Amino acid sequence: MKSLILIIISGALINNVVLNQFLGICSFLGVSKQMKASASLGGAVIFVITIASAVANLLYDLVLEPFGLEFMKTIVFILVIAALVQIVEMFLKKNSPAIYKSLGIFLPLITTNCAVLGVALTNVQNGYNFIQSVLSGFGTAVGFTIAIVLLASIRSRIREKDLPEPLRGAPIVLISAALMSIAFMGFSGLNI
Amino acid sequence: MGTIVITTIVIALIGLIVGAGLVYSGKKFYVQVDEREAAVREVLPGNNCGACGFAGCDAMAAAIAKGEAPVNGCPVGGQPVATKVGAIMGVNADAVAKKVAFVKCKGSCDVTKNQGNYTGIMDCRSAVLAGINITDCDFGCVGLGSCVSVCPEHAIFVRNGVAVVNPVKCVGCGLCAKACPKGLIEIVPADKKVRVQCSNKDKGPVVKKVCSAGCIGCAICTRQCEFDAVHVENNIAHIDYEKCTQCGKCAEKCPAKVILPPEV
Repeated sequence: MKSLILIIISGALINNVVLNQFLGICSFLGVSKQMKASASLGGAVIFVITIASAVANLLYDLVLEPFGLEFMKTIVFILVIAALVQIVEMFLKKNSPAIYKSLGIFLPLITTNCAVLGVALTNVQNGYNFIQSVLSGFGTAVGFTIAIVLLASIRSRIREKDLPEPLRGAPIVLISAALMSIAFMGFSGLNI
Repeated sequence: MGTIVITTIVIALIGLIVGAGLVYSGKKFYVQVDEREAAVREVLPGNNCGACGFAGCDAMAAAIAKGEAPVNGCPVGGQPVATKVGAIMGVNADAVAKKVAFVKCKGSCDVTKNQGNYTGIMDCRSAVLAGINITDCDFGCVGLGSCVSVCPEHAIFVRNGVAVVNPVKCVGCGLCAKACPKGLIEIVPADKKVRVQCSNKDKGPVVKKVCSAGCIGCAICTRQCEFDAVHVENNIAHIDYEKCTQCGKCAEKCPAKVILPPEV
């Protein structure tokens, strides 16, 4: 039980997917302009990564390993995750338009997000079983949401400030992200 | 050799299953899309300003297709778009008046005094939040151009310390009206040229002290109007654009020349 909680905390804070592993930077920088949009994206990412790591784990344990095809995992995961997100998108569109409206526009964006694939591959690397994989996926996605919401709130404050001309726009966002990354390194000192 | 064959077969099988799953769910979860919605979306301007009251052009197109919004509901597109949408929906588009933004302040640097040199953030909202009035008038244009920065059409600019709208470029989306911390900008019918160019709610003597072009609430305009269209409330004249016939008598007699004449 303790190790399962540790997996979530480690995924969310210590090995934060954006700030420590530098995955999913594209949407991290792209969709962090507004607080609301970034929170919705975070919700969508939690949703997709949790499902994707469950499916990827099943696929690896039940199909790839018995046939001795571990080396094909990257290609198979890409294929399956992309299709999975598509199906989830169609399902939501039909059955719960409310969720589709708030998360739907971000789903195609996440399909090719490297964080999703990265989590699936890391789970395999660490030899996680099904439950551990799902929790690790969930924790990682929560970490992504924390990071993007933090950056969005920082950016909403930066916008009001009188910045020097060369720093406006992308440079100050990258500087903020770098400082956040350094701050998150502090979590690696957690003694658990 | 054996590995290649197994790999090919397994990956092909996975691909087949995934493809079949996609086809199946594509059929099963198919959502009927009104083709008129796509056609209406096509003719709407597509700048997602939200002036129609919906969350962007997509939502507006959906509402029109469902019959929840009028075909002439897009103030930006005006009559040309309304006609096209009407043709798609099979209804006659009623005439829709073009609307433009109008800054209800005349307080340029010539008629009102600057309080001092403002060196803070060059944004009206920041200045007003900090409680700073650039000019003596509590109600007038701050002139730091918050409206200019939000305008998608570059139709509003600050000239001589007061914001001015270019009515030809203005599409009437109302973003500047939302951005103005003083609430000076109103969206008015473009063909109604007789407008009150002041927002000062103070009494006459106070207005005279801070601005030589302000409405002093004398109500001469009310007495001039034969159509009951001009009224003074809270020491400021208001024109009812529904009733106004653009005769311009109020503008002629206005002592502060704060009502615009019809030909301008």
